[in-house]
Amino acid sequence: MSTTAVTTPSRLRVPRWAVPAGIAVLFAVAYLVFRGTGTLPHDKSAPQFLALTDLREWIDDHRNSNPLFLYFLNYIRIFVGSVYTAFQVGLYALGWPGLIGVMGALAWLAGGWRIALLALAGVGSFGVLGLWQSSVDTLALVAASVLLSLAIGIPLGVWAGLSPRVRRAIMPVLDVMQIMPTFAYLAPLVLFFHIGAPAGAIATMIYSIPPAIRITALAIEQVSPTAVEASSSLGATGRQTLFKVYLPLARSTMALAVNQTIMMALSMVVIANLISAPGLGGDIIRGLSRAQVGIMLPAGIAIVIMAVVLDRMLVALARKNPHHRIGGARLIPAAVLAAAGLALTPLLPAEWPEGWTVNFVVQVNDAVHWAETSWYGVTTFVKDVTTSLLLNPLEDLLTSAPWWLIAAAALLLAWCVSGVRPALTALGCLLAIALLGIWEHAMQTLTTVAVAVLVTLVIGLLLGVAAARSSRYSAVQRPILDAAQTMPAFVYLLPALALFETTRFTAIFASVIYAVPPVVRLVEDGIRAVPATVVEAAAAAGSTSGQLLWKVQLPMARRAILLAANQGIVMTLAMVVVGGLVGAGALGYDVVVGFSQRTDFGMGFVAGIATVLLGVMLDRITQGADRRPSPQRRKTT
Amino acid sequence: MKIRLLAGLLALGLAAAGCGGAKVEEPSSSAAPKAQGSASSAGTVKIAINPWVGYEASANVVAYLLKNELHYDVQLPEIKEQLAWEGFETGDVDVIIENWGHPDLAKKFIEEKKVALSAGSTGNKGVIGWYVPKWMADKYPDITDWKNLNKYASLFKTSESGGKGQLLDGDPSYVTNDEALVKNLKLDFKVVTGGSEAALLKSATQAQEQKKALLFYFWTPHWLFDKVDLVRVNLPPYTQGCDSDPKKVACDYAELDLDKIVSKKFADTGGKAYDLVKNFSWTNEDQNAVANDMTNAGMTGEQAAKKWVEANTAKWQAWIPK
Repeated sequence: MSTTAVTTPSRLRVPRWAVPAGIAVLFAVAYLVFRGTGTLPHDKSAPQFLALTDLREWIDDHRNSNPLFLYFLNYIRIFVGSVYTAFQVGLYALGWPGLIGVMGALAWLAGGWRIALLALAGVGSFGVLGLWQSSVDTLALVAASVLLSLAIGIPLGVWAGLSPRVRRAIMPVLDVMQIMPTFAYLAPLVLFFHIGAPAGAIATMIYSIPPAIRITALAIEQVSPTAVEASSSLGATGRQTLFKVYLPLARSTMALAVNQTIMMALSMVVIANLISAPGLGGDIIRGLSRAQVGIMLPAGIAIVIMAVVLDRMLVALARKNPHHRIGGARLIPAAVLAAAGLALTPLLPAEWPEGWTVNFVVQVNDAVHWAETSWYGVTTFVKDVTTSLLLNPLEDLLTSAPWWLIAAAALLLAWCVSGVRPALTALGCLLAIALLGIWEHAMQTLTTVAVAVLVTLVIGLLLGVAAARSSRYSAVQRPILDAAQTMPAFVYLLPALALFETTRFTAIFASVIYAVPPVVRLVEDGIRAVPATVVEAAAAAGSTSGQLLWKVQLPMARRAILLAANQGIVMTLAMVVVGGLVGAGALGYDVVVGFSQRTDFGMGFVAGIATVLLGVMLDRITQGADRRPSPQRRKTT
Repeated sequence: MKIRLLAGLLALGLAAAGCGGAKVEEPSSSAAPKAQGSASSAGTVKIAINPWVGYEASANVVAYLLKNELHYDVQLPEIKEQLAWEGFETGDVDVIIENWGHPDLAKKFIEEKKVALSAGSTGNKGVIGWYVPKWMADKYPDITDWKNLNKYASLFKTSESGGKGQLLDGDPSYVTNDEALVKNLKLDFKVVTGGSEAALLKSATQAQEQKKALLFYFWTPHWLFDKVDLVRVNLPPYTQGCDSDPKKVACDYAELDLDKIVSKKFADTGGKAYDLVKNFSWTNEDQNAVANDMTNAGMTGEQAAKKWVEANTAKWQAWIPK
């Protein structure tokens, strides 16, 4: 596309749109001619699926005799399992008053009485919601996996921060890990670590390590070189420089790494329930399988509360002045809180008293039922129109087109947007999906993702532009976006399920509300970053505000918008796959089936790999935003 | 230096491990939750919860008796059928209270691995089948023969069934041959998974009330048959062994004698709790009553179990070990 812009003066004038339009026509003709040929229909009992299922059976039979398991993998499992058990036993041993008191005390140390109050109320609410045991299990699982993640992630991050070579080696791996949908981790883990809490903790660790490494590396890199030079010129050893200069200076950014790790862990522990990990995920799955939002909602609230409490505690910790020692002003009330809690433990009943719980299952179910029946017309209309006008035709197109045509289209698109190398990677991913034998389902998932991304971008752009143009509106929207981004992905299934039952549209709805907040934010920031002088110049030249937006602000924010698209796509894919639990079908459903039916394990495993490939492909197609200079910008500068 | 350290650590690790290596079954998971139980607890029993209400009814009644008569702590983790069998091996599950066949898993976990065993029948007879609402059978009398299903396929089309008729299935973890049946009987249908028992119940109720067409997977024992009139579609009759190859199945589901499966460890060390589980046996009507209370009377599992226990003392007292 950009080539036309550059070469037009020298040749006969071809309109800018002619080449893309010609290519589109070419594809349309090719589709009509070859439609229905070269399709790769799904075969549940493809040999590669069966081979993987057999492998799993073999591993299950030899888990206790094969040396690799006996001397290596089982130890990891047992080690992680015992860390989890230690936390679990510890947390239960505190008793519920003790745990509330200790959490309050920690929060007071971290950030004063306000945070302490939040922590007391938050931890207490687990009991009020009637979810004390599940919440403590989840807390233990999060604590175990975060601790282990940090034990691995921080040293690696420090190493990557100090050595550019290590960084170059690690970063591409982290890139892929971060666009991997949560579901993709589970199957290989079952293979190596069986099911249960240890496997759940390991899955959570793998998911939450990348941000720990990445942010730690960033924190170390950002340490001012003058400080490092000063230290080494004063004769400090490498070790001293690390512990006395790097780590203290990188401290507040590293607290962010801890924070991110916890947030990632919280969104994973729920999904880990699919492989029998204990905790709140069980209550959410219970609600899903009874289709009762009333059961899911308290568990969802408990997870959000846990996220908010831990988030605020760590943010407060990060903001604190490192040179300011914790004085009696904080130590005393914290000690009093902890002591009071622990002292109450033997006095109060061992289990949270039933009279203190608030049970609103019936009310929520009634409310949902009311919404279902009274909005039935609207929700069904929206669902049916989207399904019949967008989803079904697009799915039909993608599944009936020859695979090579789709591969060619993806190659061309990635080439135009991002350049040669990303295009080849994208092509490689598509071919691998075809070879794995899961093409049809991948195309169905792609359809769902495409529709969801479309809706996300439209809403995201509208809200982002609105926020960029009105500071007052932005001030209202920001806190909502902040809150939305703290919530684990799973929570978004709730309203979607309440309104749309189990269909593909449900997953689309959930992924739209999941992915809109970051898109809005990126778009708003992008437009706000357009230099004021440019905007003023355009306004002085007599542009209307509409012209200003379309001709100046949006084109100049192109990079930010493409980045928003990239983010939106990656997040949407993750959610659409989780949507397999609520009727999204295709790859996500294959993964779910892979866990619930042993004979389909292989298919679920392959579907997990395919989601990763799909994620990498979509990411490569859109990531060009950062690298390629945009034609518009070339013109304006 | 680093390498030497690593080698040292490795040697240490191996030494600590002895020569045995580590096996998967570690007792840790069953010991942990005891911490929160009362001091007088006789132990903890973990009954897996499979996702259908009849199962939950049985589990809750057994759990209620274990708690209140024998003073055990009971955990009811949400674990689906096949994963629950694996839970016997990892120690995550002690009891599956209502097992639907699963000969392959029985072979693997009972015969080969010897980590589980059957604790006898629950007294319930389980039958899976395909059903249509009664109004359809009245209007199209020959629809109850599978041979005529293709004739009516267009009635069952939905937005999710891709131009074919829809056969609605339940939870992805349920025992089902439906995909193979559709294929082998050459039916112009697509299996659409509703995702849960609740989705099936909702669709069945709507199908009766709004006279919508519906062909769906369902089973007895279930309270739904007392509320909604359903007619079973006759598939080619079941004969012994016709379902032995899951890919070639072309016959109806067998009538199953539902049984209880327990972990070997629980059978050996479960004491009275194991005896109670072994003795537990009731009728389809009993289960339907409890399940109905749980679904339609807004009761929790515990409340519904309490109600049944209080009304049927004679029945459950026979289960309590002396």
